[in-house]
Amino acid sequence: MDWITTVDHKKIAVLYLIAGGFFFGIGGIEAILIRIQLMKPMNDFVSAQVFNELITMHGTTMIFLGVMPIIFAVMNAVVPLQIGARDVAFPFVNALGFWTFLFGGLLLNLSWVMGGAPDAGWTSYTPLSGSEYSGTHGVDFYTIGLQIAGLGTLIGGINFLATIITMRAPGMSYMRMPMFTWTTFITSAIILFAFPAITVGLVLLTFDRILGANFFDVAGGGNPVLWQHIFWIFGHPEVYILILPAFGIISEVIPTFARKRLFGYSSMVFATILIAFLGFMVWAHHMFTTGLGTVANALFSISTMLIAVPTGIKIFNWLFTMWGGQIRFTAANLFAVGFVPTFVMGGVTGVMLASAPADFQFHDTYFVVAHFHYVIVGGLVLGLFSGLHYWWPKMFGRVLSETLGKWTFWTFMIGFQLTFFVQHFLGLMGMQRRIVTYLPNQDFDLLNLVSSVGAFLMGVGVIMFLVNIVITTRKPADAPNDPWEDGRTLEWSIPSPPPEYNFKQTPLVRGIDAYWKEKMAGHTEMTPAEPVGSIHMPSATPLPFVMSVGIFIAGLGLMFSKDDFGNAFMNGLFNNYIVVIIGLLITFGAMALRSLYDDHGWHIEPEDQDEKGVRT
Amino acid sequence: MMKQWQVAKRILPLLAVFSLLLSACGREDLSVMKPQGPVAQGQYDLMKLSITIMIVVLIIVFAIAAYVLIRFRRRAGQNEVPEQVEGNFKLEVIWTAIPLLLVIVLAVPTVKTIFAQGEDLSNDKNAIQVKVTSHQYWWEFTYPQYDVTTAQDLIIPTGKKIAFELKTADVLHSFWVPSLAGKMDTNPDGTLNKFSFSAPNEGVYRGKCAELCGRSHAFMEFKVKAVSQESFDKWVNEMKAPAVLPEDTQLAEKFKTNCLSCHAVGDQGGPVAPNLTGIGGKQSVAGILLNQGEGQEDGNSVLDNMKEWLHDPQSVKPGNTMPNPKDLGLTDEEIDGIAEYLANYKLDYE
Repeated sequence: MDWITTVDHKKIAVLYLIAGGFFFGIGGIEAILIRIQLMKPMNDFVSAQVFNELITMHGTTMIFLGVMPIIFAVMNAVVPLQIGARDVAFPFVNALGFWTFLFGGLLLNLSWVMGGAPDAGWTSYTPLSGSEYSGTHGVDFYTIGLQIAGLGTLIGGINFLATIITMRAPGMSYMRMPMFTWTTFITSAIILFAFPAITVGLVLLTFDRILGANFFDVAGGGNPVLWQHIFWIFGHPEVYILILPAFGIISEVIPTFARKRLFGYSSMVFATILIAFLGFMVWAHHMFTTGLGTVANALFSISTMLIAVPTGIKIFNWLFTMWGGQIRFTAANLFAVGFVPTFVMGGVTGVMLASAPADFQFHDTYFVVAHFHYVIVGGLVLGLFSGLHYWWPKMFGRVLSETLGKWTFWTFMIGFQLTFFVQHFLGLMGMQRRIVTYLPNQDFDLLNLVSSVGAFLMGVGVIMFLVNIVITTRKPADAPNDPWEDGRTLEWSIPSPPPEYNFKQTPLVRGIDAYWKEKMAGHTEMTPAEPVGSIHMPSATPLPFVMSVGIFIAGLGLMFSKDDFGNAFMNGLFNNYIVVIIGLLITFGAMALRSLYDDHGWHIEPEDQDEKGVRT
Repeated sequence: MMKQWQVAKRILPLLAVFSLLLSACGREDLSVMKPQGPVAQGQYDLMKLSITIMIVVLIIVFAIAAYVLIRFRRRAGQNEVPEQVEGNFKLEVIWTAIPLLLVIVLAVPTVKTIFAQGEDLSNDKNAIQVKVTSHQYWWEFTYPQYDVTTAQDLIIPTGKKIAFELKTADVLHSFWVPSLAGKMDTNPDGTLNKFSFSAPNEGVYRGKCAELCGRSHAFMEFKVKAVSQESFDKWVNEMKAPAVLPEDTQLAEKFKTNCLSCHAVGDQGGPVAPNLTGIGGKQSVAGILLNQGEGQEDGNSVLDNMKEWLHDPQSVKPGNTMPNPKDLGLTDEEIDGIAEYLANYKLDYE
C-alpha cells in the first residue's frame, strides 16, 4: 500500500526500476527467442506470425517500457539529489507518470494473451499496421498502450524541466549543474517537443483503425508516407532521449573514478544542446529509400553527418578527462570505459548510414540492426549498467558486489560484441532485417550462429546482474555517504540511502562538483544555506494509481468497442462505449477529487529529522 | 589542393586494403560488397570511402583510449589528488575541426552520387522501362514498351539501362537487388518511385523485399536475370506467343477454370496473380523454392518444387492469397498433372 500511494521521488525511482527491469526482462526473452529462430537457416522454431510479433514487441518493449523507465528510475533517484532539492517539482504528477507508464506497458503486453500481439514492426508503418492488413487487435494494443505509457513519459519530462529550472540549491547556476542533470534537462526538453508528435501519430492511427478514418489510407485520400514522417519526427529525437542520459551517466562516472573534473565542461554542455537541436532536423534519414527526392536526401545526408561533430567533442572530452587522472576500474567504471569505444563504433556506422546512396544498400539490413544496437545497447545499456552500479549504494545503501559486477561486465561485453559485430557483415552480404528465416548457402549461416551464441552470453550477463542484486539485497545496508570516496556531486554528501527529505538543510553550492570542492577545502560536509527547520512534505495519495487504472479501463473499452462478444450484455457494454465512459469517469473523478480537496501536506519537525534512510 | 592530395595519398593504401578485405565476403549474386553493376559500384565506392574514414577515426580513438587506460591507472599508494584540468581551448577546437573536415570529405562525394544516381530515365528511349508492382508476396514486372508482363524473374538485357517505376498493390515493400543497386520502396499510387540500374554481365542476381510486409516478408524473393540482347528479344517474342495449354483436354479445362481466373499464360487468363508464362524455366517456384540450376546447387527439380507449392501453398508462403488447389476441388492426380504441365512449360530463348 505504501508503494501504491508514495509520491517520494526515491521510491518512485525504485518503482520505475522494478517495472522497467521487468519489461526489460520480457524484451530480453523476446530477443533470445528471435536469436534462437535465426540460429540456423530455414528454422521453424517459431511461425512467421509469431516472429513478426516478437520483433515488434522486442523493439517496442525495449525502447518504451525497458530502457526509458530505467532511465527515469536513475533520473528520479539522482537528479533531485544532485541539485540539492527535497523532491521533484510536482511529486503527485511524478507518481502519476509512473502509474500511467506501468498501466500502458501492462496493456501492451496483455496483447500476448488477448488474441495476438502487434505484428507490424516497432515502427508500425502503414498500411501494414492498418486494420486491413493487421486484422487482430495487436496494433490497437500498440497504439493505445503506447499512448498511455507515453503520457507518463511526457509528464515525467515536464516535471524534470520544472524541477531543474526552479529547484536548484542556492549557488547552483546552470553552468555549475552536474552533467547528468544537464543531460536530464536536455532530454526532458526533447521529450517535451518529440512526444506530442508520436501522440498525434498514435491518435491518427487509432482513428484509422477503430473509427474508420482515412489519414493513412490512399483510397480515402490519405498518405502512408505521412505516418513515416510523423513517426520519425518523434523517432529520431527519441534516440537522443535514450542516449543523452547515458552520456550524462558516463560524464559522472568517468570523472569520479579518474579523480579528475570533467574535461571541457562547457563544451560538453554546448555539444549536448547541439545534439538535441540537430536531432530534430534529421528524421528523414530513416526515409532515404522512401523516395523523397534527391534534394531532400542530400540535405538530410549532410545534416545527419553534422551530428558526428558534437558527438566527437564528447568522446574526446571523456578520453581527456582520464588523461592525467588516476583511473580505478570498478565495475561501474568498467562499463563506462567500455561504453566509449563501443559507442564510437555505433557512431561511425551512423555517419556511414548518413550517406544516402550508401544507405540505399544499408537500409533495412542487418547493418542497420548492428548500428542501432551498438548505439542503444552498446551505448545506452552499458551506460545504464554503469549508472546502476555507480548509484546503487546511494539508492539502496548497499554496494553491489564488485567481483560479480566485473563478471557481468565481461560476459555482457563479450556477448554483445559477438552478437552485433558480425551483423554488420550479414547486412553487407545481403541479409535484410525482420526476416523470419533465410535460405541456406548464402554465407549467412555461420555469422547468424555466432550472433545467437553472443546473445545467450548477454543473457548470462544480465542474469549475473540479477544474482548480484539478490545477493546484495541480503546484506546489511551499511554503505557510507560517499562509498566511492571520490564522489564529486551533491548526492554523495548525504547518507546512503538518503532520508525522506534528502537534505536536512539545503546546501550552498560554491562551484562545479560542489561536494568535491568542499572536500578539497578540507570540509567533510556541505555548508548549509539555511538553518535547521521544519520540512514541508507532500502527502501520500492513491489518486495517481486510480487515475491510471481509469485510463487503462477506458483504453481497453475503446479497443474492443467494435467487437462482437456473442453475448448481449458484453456487446451492450462495449459497443456503446460504456466501458470507455466508466474508465474516463474514474479518471476524471479522481482528478476532480484532487482539485477540490485541498491537501496541504505535512511537516517533519527538526526533532524528528533523523539521518536514517528511507526503507527500500 | 596540395593538402587534399596528401590526405588522399594517405587514405589510398588503406582503401586498397579494406576493399580487399571486404570483397572476401558473400556471394557474387547477392553481396553488396561484390557489386556487379555501375550503380552498386558507385554506392560501394562511397562505402569504401566512409569505411576508410571511420576506421581511421576508430584507430585514433582506440589508440588514445588504450594509452590512457594503461598509462593513467591508479597505482597502489597513489594518494595525491591529480590536477583538476578545466579543459583546453586549443584541443577542443582541434577535435571540433577535424570531424568537421572528415564530414566534408564524405559529404562532397555523397551529394555528387545522390544527384548522379537520381537521374530520371523514364523518358529515355534507350532505356528499358519496367514497371514494378509489389504484392503480398510476389513481384510483378511489366514492360510497357513491349506490352509484356511477367512475375518473379525479371529478365533484362545486359548493358542496357533499366528504368524502373515502382509501386505497390497493397502494403509497402522495398525492391532490392544488392549486387546491382540499393533498394527503393514501393509506395502506393501518388508517391511512385523511380530509379534505374544496369547489369553489364550476364547472370542471375538475387533480389529481396527489404520492407516488413507481413508474414511472408522473408519469402518475398525474386531474381534478376541478365541475358544478351538477342536472348532478350527472343524472350519478348516467346512471351507474346499464344498460350500453351496442357495437352490433356480434361486437364486443360480444369486448369482454365481453376487457375486462369487469376493467373495468366500468354494471351489467356487474368492479371490478379503472377503471370505463369514459361514458369517451368524460371529460377524458382514462388520466388523461394529454388529450382536446380546454375549457382543454385541446393535446388530441387522444378517438378518437385511445383508439387510442393501446389499441394500446400500456405506452408511455403504463409498468408499468401492463393487458394489451396485442393479446396478448389482438384484431386491429387489433377494437381500433379498441372504441376507437371507447368514444370515443363519453358520458353526457349537462351
